[in-house]
Amino acid sequence: MLHGTAPPKEEVQKGERRLTQRWRQAKAWLGQGRRPHLFSILSVAAGSLLVFLGPRSLVAFWLFLAAAYISYTLPTGRKFKAVLFAIVLLVIMPILGLRNIFYLELAFQISVFAALALGLNIVVGFAGLLDLGYVAFYAVGAYLWGFFGSQQPFLLHAIPGTAPPNTPFFLPPGAFYPFLIFGIAAAALTGLLLGTPVLRLRGDYLAIVTLGFGEVIRVLANNLDKPLNLTNGPQGITPIQRPVIPAELQAGLNALLAPIVGHAISIAEFYNLFFYLLTLGVIGFIIVVTRRLDDSRTGRAWSALRDDELAAVSMGVPKTRLKLAAFAAGASFAGIMGVIMAANRTFVSPESFSFMQSIGVLSMVILGGIGSIPGVIVGAAVVLILTLQVLPGISLVLGSMRGFNPVFDPTKYQRMIFGLILVVMMIYRPAGLIPAARRKRELARGEIDEVGNDPEAEA
Amino acid sequence: MRRLTQSPLLREILRPFGQVFVFVGISAVTISSSLISLAFLMRNSYANEVLFGKTGQNLPTYVITNLPQVLIDGITVGFVYAAIALGYSMVYGVLEFINFAHSEIFAIGAFVGVELLILIDNLGILAGASIPESYLFLFLAILAGMALAGAAAMSVERIAYRPLRGAPRLVPLISAIGVSFFLADAIRLTESVTTGQFYRVFPTFGNFDELIELARMNVFGIPFNLVIQVKSIVVIVAALLMMVGLSTFVNASRTGKAIRAVAQDRPTASLMGIDVNRIIAITFLVGGALGGAAGVLFALKFTRIDPFVGFFPGLKAFTAAVLGGIGNLVGALLGGIVLGMLETAAGAYLSAFTAGAFGAEYKDIFAFAILILVLIVRPSGLLGEQVGQKA
Repeated sequence: MLHGTAPPKEEVQKGERRLTQRWRQAKAWLGQGRRPHLFSILSVAAGSLLVFLGPRSLVAFWLFLAAAYISYTLPTGRKFKAVLFAIVLLVIMPILGLRNIFYLELAFQISVFAALALGLNIVVGFAGLLDLGYVAFYAVGAYLWGFFGSQQPFLLHAIPGTAPPNTPFFLPPGAFYPFLIFGIAAAALTGLLLGTPVLRLRGDYLAIVTLGFGEVIRVLANNLDKPLNLTNGPQGITPIQRPVIPAELQAGLNALLAPIVGHAISIAEFYNLFFYLLTLGVIGFIIVVTRRLDDSRTGRAWSALRDDELAAVSMGVPKTRLKLAAFAAGASFAGIMGVIMAANRTFVSPESFSFMQSIGVLSMVILGGIGSIPGVIVGAAVVLILTLQVLPGISLVLGSMRGFNPVFDPTKYQRMIFGLILVVMMIYRPAGLIPAARRKRELARGEIDEVGNDPEAEA
Repeated sequence: MRRLTQSPLLREILRPFGQVFVFVGISAVTISSSLISLAFLMRNSYANEVLFGKTGQNLPTYVITNLPQVLIDGITVGFVYAAIALGYSMVYGVLEFINFAHSEIFAIGAFVGVELLILIDNLGILAGASIPESYLFLFLAILAGMALAGAAAMSVERIAYRPLRGAPRLVPLISAIGVSFFLADAIRLTESVTTGQFYRVFPTFGNFDELIELARMNVFGIPFNLVIQVKSIVVIVAALLMMVGLSTFVNASRTGKAIRAVAQDRPTASLMGIDVNRIIAITFLVGGALGGAAGVLFALKFTRIDPFVGFFPGLKAFTAAVLGGIGNLVGALLGGIVLGMLETAAGAYLSAFTAGAFGAEYKDIFAFAILILVLIVRPSGLLGEQVGQKA
C-alpha cells in the first residue's frame, strides 16, 4: 500500500526514531520501582473522578477508558492488576454507573457479548469450526427462560395478543437461578444435537449449515405460535419475570450508596446494578473456564485438530468427540447469557436473534483476536462502545448540523461496520488487536507457504 | 448431420438443452409421483378431513389438481436459483471458496436493472412501449445489471480476496462474509441517499404480467386452468440462454479451457503460461455477470426488491449448488431445478398435509433440511464426483 505523497523515507525514519526514543525513555522512567503502581492508581483515580464529576461527558469517559488501558499495560505485576481491576469493576463502576445509568447498561451489554464472543471463540478460535449461527444457542437460553419465566405455559392454546389479563406466572421469580444452569444444559444439548450430524463436514460447508441452523431457529421462534403457542410468534414473549431483590437489601444499599451517588436509587437502577454484578460474576467464571480449557489437554487437542486434522486424528485425537465438546462448550456460554438477557429485558422476540447478531459476535472475535481471551473481551468492548456510544454520538452531531438532511444515520449502518471490521482485519491484521500466541505462529506459517499452492488444503 | 454433432461448438450449445429437458422431466416425475402416493396414503387421515372441510376436496384430488401449476412455478423459481448457483459454482470450482458476497452481487444487478428501467420510465417512453420495444428495454436492463454486477464482483475479488490467497481457509471466507454485509448496507445507503427509499419496485410495462393459458383440463370433474405468466417464460428462456452461453464459454473457448485448467491445478496451469490472476478475475467477472442477470430476472418475477433481497435467494442458490455438486456447472442447474420444485411443492402442500399446523412459512426450513441431508448423505452432491477431500 504505497502512495505517492509520502515524505522522503529518511526524514520519516529519523522523526520516528526520535519519537520512539522519547517513548522508550518515558517507559523506562515509569517502569522503575513503585512508579508504575503509583501511576496506575493515580490515573485510574483521576479518570474515575472525572467521570464522577461529569457523568455525561464523553471526554471524561474516554479518559477513564484510557486510564484503565494504561494501567493494564504498565509493568505492575499480575496481583496488583487483579486487585486494581477488581476494585474498578466492583466498586468504582457501580458508583459511576449509578451516576449515569448508561454506563451500567453498557458494561452489562459488554459482559453479555463478551461471554458470547468467548463462547464463539472456543468454537472458531480453539477448534477452528466456523459457526455462523451462533446466536441460535443464545436464543435457546433466552426462550427457555422466556417460556418458563412468563405466563406462556398457560397460554398454549391462546392466539398471540389475546392473553387473559389475570394469567398467573408459571414459576416463582426465584426459579431464575436454577434456570441459569438449565440454560447452560439446554444450549449445550442443542449444540450436541446440531453438531452430531454436521461435524463431519468440511470448514466452509459447516459454516453454511450453521448459518442455516441459525435461520431455522429464528423461523421456528417466529412461527411456533401454532399449532401450540410456544413462542408467541413475531410479537415475542413479555413480561418475563426477574428475580426479586429483597426490600431490606434495597433499603440498606440505598442508605449506603445514595449519599455517594447523590440521589436515591430507584428500583430500575437496582435491577441494572443487579444484572451488572450477575453478568460480571458469570463472565469471571467463563474466563476461568476458558483459560483452563485453553491450557488443558482438550485445548491442545482442539488446536491440533484445527491446525491439521489428518495429523491430529492419526495421533489418536478423538475428532468427533472433541468437536462436539467445543460446540457444546461454546453453546453453553450463550445459553446462560440468553437466560440472563431474557430476564434483564423482560422480553424476547425473534428479531434479537438474526444472522446479523451472529456476525456481530463473530466480528468481535475477529477484531479482538481469534483464539485470544483478552483480545475477544476487548473486541466485544470496542464493538459495543462503537455501536452504542460512538455511532449515536456521530448521528447526534450530524442531526444537529443545520441544513444537513439527516439521510445518513450511522447507527442504522451496523452491517457496514461489521463488514468493514471483518474485511479490514482479515487483510491487515488477521490475528486481531491482541493476537493469541498460537494464532500468530499459524498465520506466519501461512505466509511462508504462499509460494506453494494450498497451505489451507488440509483444512 | 453427423459432422454437425461432432462440431464441439454446436455440441456445447445443444447439450444444456438436453440436460435441462432430462432434469426437469425426472424431477417433475419423481416429485409428482411421491406427492401423489403420499396423498393416497393419507386419504383417510385427519389432515384429509380438515382439507375436505375447508375446500371440499379430498387430499389426492387437491394434490393432483394443483400439481401442474406447482410444477410450473417450481421450474421458474428453480431457474432463478440455478442462474445464481452458477456463479457460486464457478468461483468454487476455481478457488475452492464460497463467495459469500455473491448474493449481494445479485442484489446489485437487480438494483441496477430496476433503476435503469425506472429511469426509462421517468423519461416517459416505458409506459407506452410496444412489445418489441419493451423486450429491448428489458434486455438493456439485464445487460446493465450484468455489466455492473460483473464489475463489482471483479473489484471485490481484487480488493478483498486476492490479498488473502494462500491464507488459511477460514480467512477468505470471513472476508467474504464481511464484503457481503458491507455491500448490503452500501446498496441501502446509496438508495436512501439518492431516492430516500430502501426498496424499489419493478415498473409495469410490456406484456410481462399477462397470463398464457397452457391447458384447460377436467380432472375428477373439477375444471381447472393451467396458466403461466409471460414473465415466467421470459425468466426460463433467459436463464436457459445464460446456461448455454456459459456452457459454450467454459467448454468450447480458449479462456474457458484456461479456467478449467486453473480449477484443476493452479500451479501447473501457471507453469503452462496461464495468467492465473487474470483467469480468476475473469471467473469472477463471468460469475458476477450471471448473478447480475439473475438479479434482474428475479426483480422481473417478484417485482419488489430491497437491499437484503440477495440473502435468501443466495442461500438457496448455494444450497442448490451443493445439492447438485458444487464446482459442477451442470450440477448447479440440476440442483436449482430440484430445489425450486421441492420448495414450491413444500410451500403449496405443507399446510394441506399437516392439517394446517405448518404453513408455507416453513419452506425455508425445508430447503435447509434438504441441504443438511444432502451434505450428510452425499457430501459431494447429486452429480459431484465421489472423491475424498482434496489433499
